[in-house]
This record gives sequence, structure tokens and C-alpha cells, in this order.
Amino acid sequence: MRGIEKSFPGVKALSGVTLDVNASELLALVGENGAGKSTLMKILAGAQPADAGEILVDGAVVKIGGPKDAERLGIGMIYQEFNLVPDLGVIENITLGIEPVRGLFLDRVAATTAASTVLAELGIELPLDVPVRRLSVAQQQMVEICKCLVRKARLIVMDEPSATLTDREIDRLFELILRLKKSGVAFIYISHRLEELPRIADRVTILRDGKAIETRALADLPQDEMIRLMVGRALDAHFPELPPVAADAPVMLQVTGLKRGNRVNGVSFSVRAGEVVGLAGLVGAGRTEIVRAIAGADVADAGMIAVDGTLVRVANPRIGIAAKIALITEDRKNQGLVLGMSVRANTTMAHLEQFTTRGFIDKRKEDEATNRSIAELRIRTPSDEQLVRNLSGGNQQKVVLAKWLIGDARVFLFDEPTRGIDIGAKAEIYALMIDLLRKGAAIVMVSSELPEVLGMAHRILVVREGKICAEFSHADATQEKIIAAAAGVAA
Amino acid sequence: MAHVEEVKAALEVSASEARAKKSRTYWMRVGIFSAVLVVVIVIVNVFTHGNFLTAGNLTNVLRQITYNAILAIGQTFVIITGGIDLSVGSLIELSGVVMALFANATGLDGVALVIATLAVGVLVGGFAGFVNAVPVVRLNLPPFITTLAMMLMARGLAFKLSHGQPVALNTHAFDAIGTGYILSGVLAPLHLPGIPIAVLWMLALVAVFAVLLTRTRFGRYVYALGGNEEAARLAGIDVVRAKTLVYVISGACAAVAGMLLMARFSSGSPNTGIGNELQSIAAVVVGGTSLTGGRGSVVGTFAGALLIGVLNNVMNLLNIESYTQEIVLGAVILLAVIVDQLRRKYVAA
Repeated sequence: MRGIEKSFPGVKALSGVTLDVNASELLALVGENGAGKSTLMKILAGAQPADAGEILVDGAVVKIGGPKDAERLGIGMIYQEFNLVPDLGVIENITLGIEPVRGLFLDRVAATTAASTVLAELGIELPLDVPVRRLSVAQQQMVEICKCLVRKARLIVMDEPSATLTDREIDRLFELILRLKKSGVAFIYISHRLEELPRIADRVTILRDGKAIETRALADLPQDEMIRLMVGRALDAHFPELPPVAADAPVMLQVTGLKRGNRVNGVSFSVRAGEVVGLAGLVGAGRTEIVRAIAGADVADAGMIAVDGTLVRVANPRIGIAAKIALITEDRKNQGLVLGMSVRANTTMAHLEQFTTRGFIDKRKEDEATNRSIAELRIRTPSDEQLVRNLSGGNQQKVVLAKWLIGDARVFLFDEPTRGIDIGAKAEIYALMIDLLRKGAAIVMVSSELPEVLGMAHRILVVREGKICAEFSHADATQEKIIAAAAGVAA
Repeated sequence: MAHVEEVKAALEVSASEARAKKSRTYWMRVGIFSAVLVVVIVIVNVFTHGNFLTAGNLTNVLRQITYNAILAIGQTFVIITGGIDLSVGSLIELSGVVMALFANATGLDGVALVIATLAVGVLVGGFAGFVNAVPVVRLNLPPFITTLAMMLMARGLAFKLSHGQPVALNTHAFDAIGTGYILSGVLAPLHLPGIPIAVLWMLALVAVFAVLLTRTRFGRYVYALGGNEEAARLAGIDVVRAKTLVYVISGACAAVAGMLLMARFSSGSPNTGIGNELQSIAAVVVGGTSLTGGRGSVVGTFAGALLIGVLNNVMNLLNIESYTQEIVLGAVILLAVIVDQLRRKYVAA
């Protein structure tokens, strides 16, 4: 790709980006959120047209006018949110759009043969007779890879493929990538998880503010320098220093015997004012379900929740908010934001009563509060009227935070607060958490990133099968101990 | 926190620039729109031999769209939440029949009768809306089905109650609402008719519901609900209440339209509303409200109803036969939606 340019209203997304990738090579594409990675890949996949620049395949300039062109040229794209038809089976999904036919009718035998050949080549076993929505995330990803290979893809682009996988699944994915690389397939691999790159990547291209600022062999690029290049400044420490919890700090959140379905099986813990409690554990261990039940997003079957010493029965999110509990959900697009509404409407959504006088919304008050949030959280947006849809991931997450910060919550439940956002925004969110602690808030943080749990929690609770199976203090905790507890093996 | 001040200052500048730009493009659009409108009106007027642009004809158009516009107001709320209300045509009939029976049976008269009758009608329409909403909010059933069922039930019930015949009113208390004008005394010396009272009802409802949708918490919640119901729920919005209310409003609007129709024809009739639900949906969609929810406005809906009304009127004046009229109307609805979609695409890009 040479000199690619792309602008959106008010934003220059890409300016003169050039990158190349060879056969049998994995090029890692890294950069902060909003740096232009996704836009660049969408242009390559034909999902969006470029304003300027050219794309060369095998040395020849090609025109990619749509996804079909990309497919014909051997470019396969695997988005973070998969493009599978959930109610169709594995074979149907793999051959979707290129179904073999005999006359007017689908040739099921040929389809099955084509699909199983690829599965066999890759040494993957998948249940073929169930709809893909019943498969695990990792299995669905395998289906996506097979889809690319059936279409004879020679370049596969993957956007954050490891974000939702467990460590075991990541190992299998990497094995597969290495095998495909050997057989000549090229990869462009977008990731925020810099620590995994040495296992698979050959070269790294760093995008910043819509420009490719550096491309180097991975071996010549130490991690701290990569981070420095991404953010444009040196980050001396990843995590700010946690202020100690006062000896006489009151218990702000007390959870006793919490149960919900088969995912939360009797959870008890407490959080004091000024304290961060981290919930660690494997994906599916029940951490998200615990915080959802506390906030009333799901209704608990049993258990007691007390905020600042007062028992509350949190039957729905409204009661949770009234009890000063704020849940910052993991999935901001589906649960945190109304994408088609403005920054202003999203910011004030949970506390509109503050901006209502005599039954009417006071737009001036709303504007003031929103602009204050925009300034304090440094949300990058042309105005508070901008639709949230048009913001980058990190800025969207800040709008979610703004929504909860304008209230008077005392208990903050963060579910994967920094997933999928860049290092600069991460640091800002950590600073914000510290700020909340100083004001006497209690924080529960669910995180799958162990360094984050280790760096940002006073105490760490490990969740396994819906129960708390271990507790570590900030000083005692190590990655090894947490992993051992989460997996149920003795350290 | 020096940077906060800087950012604030920068924001002020960019916000005011954005506002200026917005108002410039806004006025440009208004200008273009007005110019096109004037040209179209002149052409239409020439072809209709000057019959279009008369006060009498324009008043007529307004009166003709009254019922559809009022239905479409309620429909707008429902559609913004991502739902649809197919029962409003039948609810015109059911509420009309019930109101006529009530008005004939009660001993009241005059304004008291009108108020009591309207209250009964709104109660019937509102309750039907509530029944529409319960399976939607509690069991997550598609509103297409629940309101389709209500459409059948309400029409059947209207026929049963009226024995298939229009229920003639035996009072003149509704005559003013149905056929009366105001300001006709003032306007007569100018050779102008007065303003139909039914039209005033429509304009008042447009104003009230436009304010309700844009200026109140409930209105904001309607948009939020249509944009992302789960996010709205997690933000503490009472999704069940807001969604229910939307269907109640739609049913109540149908009842008001039913009252005006009853007043106009001095009877409550069980088959006046056939097809009205689709007409109202057409007005909403032509008015720029998204069928997928989250976007739309009452004023837009009014403009949509007006556009359809003017089109019908012009075709009548041009003596176009009714079959052809339907073809043209269908094509115009399609065109309006296509143009709206293209405009959005270009504005976004």
C-alpha cells in the first residue's frame, strides 16, 4: 500500500500511509486507538474507498472497489467482530457466497468436501452440524480462517484476534498462524497486546495519528521503544502509584452470598472507601456476571448487597444507580453507548433529572456539564453535538466514563476498563481511577490483563466457577499465583 | 490544570465555528428548499388553472390531512423506539363507535359531553395501546404481531358493538369540532374562509408532542431506547415504562383522530379506518423517521403528512384518476425515502 489517504468529516484518518508485507511473513500493525489501523485495513479489504494512494499486489497496481475485488486478489479479512451467519453451520459459513452448485441446486457434497479439506489441512476439528453461534469464540475464529483459505487467500488480515481468547486458545491460534506462514501465507496482524508479538511477528509497522512512522524488524525494536513510538512520548511507568487505603476507611460495598444462575455461586467480599479490588480469573469464570448482579443489570437469585452500610435490593439498574453504584460495562458499543446519539445525550443519559427544570430538559445546563466532561477527560470531539458513532474507541470509552462521573456514584464497577483502547488513554483512565479513590470511592475492577490487576488493585480476588477461590494482597500477588488459582492448580 | 483551560478555550472556538457552519448550511438548505417549493407551487398553480393556490383549497388540504397527521404523531413515537403500530386504523373505528354509543347514552350535553366523550375515547385507545405494549415489553414479542392482533380484535369489536352499521350521533354538541371554523367573521371581509377547528386540534397536537419529544426526559428516553435499548436500560432508564407509554400515546392519538372523524360525519363508523395505519406509517417515513429506530421528529412527520396531502390534492385538481393516483403516491413515498437515505449518506461522508 502506497501513500494511502483518507478523511472523515472533521478528521484526517490517514495521511500518506505506506506499508508492505511479503509472502510467509507476519507484519504486526500497532498504534493507539484512532491511529488509523482499522481504516487502513478496511481500505485494503475494499470495505471503504481510499481518497488517494495505490495498492499493489505482486508488484502490479490493483483497484479494490469492493470486498469481492479483495477476495479475488487473495486478501482475506477477519474483523474483531466476526462476519459469520450465526444460524448457519460451519460448512455453510465457510462456503458462504461461493457455494458450489449443480445446476440450480446447492451441491452439498462438494461444499462438505471443500470445507473438510481445509479443516483437515489445518488439523482442526469442529462440530459441523450445529449453528456457529453455539461454537466458542475461538472456534468461530477458526471458521473465519477457513473461510479465507477456501477463497485461496494469500494475505490474511486479522484485527485483534487474541483479545477475547484464553491463553490456551491463543497458543493454538499462534501455532496455526506459524503453520500457514510456512506454507506461504502473509499476515497483517493488528494488536494491542505487544507482549505477544515476539511469538509470531517478523516486522512491525507503527501507526500514529494516521501516519506510518516506523517499520522495523521486530528483533530490532524493544517493547519500551515500540510503546514510545506509539504514543510519541516515553511512558516511564505503566501504572500510577496506588494511594494506600486509610486504616479507618469505612466499608463502602459489602457483598454477601451473591448467587445468580450457575455463573455466580455464593460470592462474598467487601470493598472499602479508597480501595480497588481486582477480580481476576479466566474468561467465563463469572467475573462479569458478579459485577452485573451487583449493579442490577441482571437480577441476583440470592445474596445481600450493602452500600455504605445500607442494605439495597438491586432489582434493576435504576435501583443500582440510586444506590450510588455505577457499572462501566465491558462492551461499550452494545451496552454502554447509544451510538446514534450525540456526545451530550450520552453523557447526560443516566442523570437527566439533574438537567431538568419544570419538566423540560435545560440544554444550557447539559451543554455546560458535557463540555466540562469533554475538557476534564480530554475527549477528542469537534463538539458535544458530535454523534458518538464517529469517535474512536478510546474516546467512546471516555464518554462512557463521563456518563457515570457526572453522577454521585460511590461504588464503581469497571469491567475490562481498558480493553481495546490505546496506552495513552489507558494511562488517563488509571489516573481517573486514582482520582476517584481520593474522593472516597470504592472500585471493583474486572480485568483479564494480569499486569493491570497487579498494578492497579489493592487486593486481588481470583474467581473460578462463580466463586472466589483465592485472595492476594497487592504485595503478595504474582502472575504465577493468580494463574495457578484461576486454573485450579496448586502453585 | 492549565491544559483543561486550554482545551476548554479550543473547544469554545471549535464549537462556535461548528455552530456557525451548521447554521450556514441550515439556512442554505432552507433557502434551496423554499426556492424549489415556490417553483413547484407556481407550476402546479398554472397547470391547475389557479385552483391550487386558493385559500379555500389550502384549507381543504389541511383539513384532509388532519386525521392522518394525528395518527402519524403517535406512530412517530412508536417508530422511533424501533416498533410499529398496525392497530391505529382499527382503533379509530373502535374508539369512534364507543364514543358515539357513549355520547348517545349519557345525559350530558355541550362542552361537558365533548370532554367526557373524548376522555372515554382516549381511555379506550390508550388501553388498547397498553395491551399492545405488554407482550412487547414483558415477553419481547415483536410489535408487528401484537399490533396486528389488536388491529383484528379492535375492528371486530367495533363491528360487534355497532352491529356493522355507523352509530349516528343524536346530539349536535360535536358539530363545531367536526365542521366549524373559527375567525371566519374576521376573515370574511377579506374573502377568506376561517380556520377549521379540526385543523387547530391537529396543530396543537403537533406542537405539544413535538415539545414532548424534543424537550423532555421522556422524549430523550424514546430516542435512547430506539438507538440502543440495553445501553438505555443500564443507564437506569425505565425502559418498560417509556416503551409502554409510547404505545399508549399512539392509541390515544388514534382515539383523538377517531373523535374528530366522528364529529365530522356525526357518527361513529366501524369501517372508516381501513388502511389508515399504513397511511400513517407512510407519513412518518416520508417525514424522515427511521424505521429502524433512534431517529425522527414530529415536525418531520407533519411535513410528511402535508406532502402526501398536497400530492393527493393536486392530482385531484388535475383530474387524475384514482388508480393512477395510487401508483404516483407509492412512487413518491419510495422516492422520498431514497432521497433521504442518499442525503444522509452524503452528509455523513
